[in-house]
Amino acid sequence: MLQLIVNRCLQGLLTLVLASIIIFAATEILPGDVAEAILGQNRNDAAALEALREELGLNRPAIVRYFDWFFGILQGDLGVSLSTDRPIADMMSGRIWNTARLAIMTACVAIPLALILGLISAIRAGGVLDKSLAVTTLSLIAVPEFFIGLGLMTIFAVELKWLGANANIRPYYDFGRIVHAMALPVMTLGFAVLAHMLRMTRASVINIFTSPYIEMAVLKGIPKRRIVMRHALPNALSPIFAVIALNLAYMVSGVIIVETIFAVPGLSRLLIDGVALRDIPLIQACAMLFGAVYIVVNLLADIFSIIFNPRLRFPK
Amino acid sequence: MSDVADKPSASKGLKSLRLTPTASIAGIILIFWILVAFFGPALAPYGEAEIIGESFGPIGGEGILGTDKLGRDILTRLLYGVRTTLFLALITTVISFVVGVVLGFSAAILRGWFDICISRLVEAFMAFPSTMLALVVIGAMGTSITVLIMTVGLVLSIGVFRVSRAIGMDISVMDYVESARARGEGVWWIITREVLPNAMPPLIAEFGLRFTFSILFLSGLSFLGLGVQEPAADWGLMVQENMGGIFLGSSSALIPAACIASLTICMNLIVDWFQQRQQGETVLEKME
Repeated sequence: MLQLIVNRCLQGLLTLVLASIIIFAATEILPGDVAEAILGQNRNDAAALEALREELGLNRPAIVRYFDWFFGILQGDLGVSLSTDRPIADMMSGRIWNTARLAIMTACVAIPLALILGLISAIRAGGVLDKSLAVTTLSLIAVPEFFIGLGLMTIFAVELKWLGANANIRPYYDFGRIVHAMALPVMTLGFAVLAHMLRMTRASVINIFTSPYIEMAVLKGIPKRRIVMRHALPNALSPIFAVIALNLAYMVSGVIIVETIFAVPGLSRLLIDGVALRDIPLIQACAMLFGAVYIVVNLLADIFSIIFNPRLRFPK
Repeated sequence: MSDVADKPSASKGLKSLRLTPTASIAGIILIFWILVAFFGPALAPYGEAEIIGESFGPIGGEGILGTDKLGRDILTRLLYGVRTTLFLALITTVISFVVGVVLGFSAAILRGWFDICISRLVEAFMAFPSTMLALVVIGAMGTSITVLIMTVGLVLSIGVFRVSRAIGMDISVMDYVESARARGEGVWWIITREVLPNAMPPLIAEFGLRFTFSILFLSGLSFLGLGVQEPAADWGLMVQENMGGIFLGSSSALIPAACIASLTICMNLIVDWFQQRQQGETVLEKME
């Protein structure tokens, strides 16, 4: 099993390297370079362009610059932003916590709720609750996040004035005020994640219900609660971990919209601003960070699956 | 004799296309939007970027659905916007299908190094979020419509490749493909004459899902200010422009958002209906 986990970790590392190559290449194959982006209007001045390229080291071959960038990241040096001229690591450090708080709070609310509701849906498949949850989740998946976000904002922040519409948390906020400000963003992000996760949990548990050993347990006359908790759930854990990972990863992109709606000064706002200003080093650093989170979450899910599902330990 | 043989198959065909109430409502709404896309600009009371009054005018005031941030008529911009939204979603989905299906089927039929190379490349792209991929490319190339279409088309084609490769793998081991290969037919012939017709039902469903995803993806990008740019009207862009109006009690951001939602919910319902019909059909076929 250890061998398998080590293998999977090495695979994860390889994926990270591949992701870094893709990010670097995507900004490299395109016409124009960072020097032209900095000069903007004055890009036709060949001498200035050449001098700037010299200064930024852009005259070196792409592969040298890639390794330079990649090893820089490994040492915590994310480069310097073109638009603000500040080290990117400094710009990020203040914002990481804002994004992380949103993601962690959403995960803490949405994951347990999705698992419980998914389990109930699966046990009472075809019932009223199951059917109404099916319709609700289907519509939640179908609509854009900003529709949910703006709808919730109009109802709870503008009309009823119960919750805050601005989730820019100040350090002096007490707990009550944080909850007041974070409730809507967490709900918006949570609804989308919840819907996916609930449906997948339901599907994987129902899938297990149809297997022969559950039928055997039913025929033995074991009470339903015990069948679910002792027989079905342990085997459903591994697909459920995959579901959780998929949705945490989904949050990585969902968070961009939510941060925009509720004015959270987080990492994805930094990325969006970078894209709007064509600040390539900033885009690369942000994309690499989000990509790394996505890859690590998927890696952890696979490792948990290997631990909880003995069948995965002996690949054919 | 032929009458007797024809009748059940005809009724089966009808049955498989029978509409459910939800599917017909969804279909009517969708056809409505498509008609609006064709005739909308002709019906619009004002010009696309024409300023008709105060900003964030109320519903029933200057414009029937109110006015937006700059005082332009919401109804007019909705009528123009559906064109942009549907056209962009359609063209990106078509691009993703041309690229994804050709590569996916080729990989399934050719196997070997071709399959390995493309599959590994796709896995590398899958290793991080599609939004991130699109943002990096748009950030590097700027926000023009061509860049937008190519980026979203290619991002979508990653998923299409995986699905069509899986479908192609299933079909490529069928006897009729084997015999076509034995006859010495080329790859292109096998793809278009043998694999494609048999892969149609799942591909149509996939097309519907990708189309819906494309609407969401594009309107999301427009909402972030990175998709369609002013002064063109696009539903996602309209939401972004008018978001500030929410605090002034204006519904100018919610109306286009609700329009996008109506489009994507209807598409989902229709795909759902189509998939259930197809499944029902295959189950019936198995029973016969």
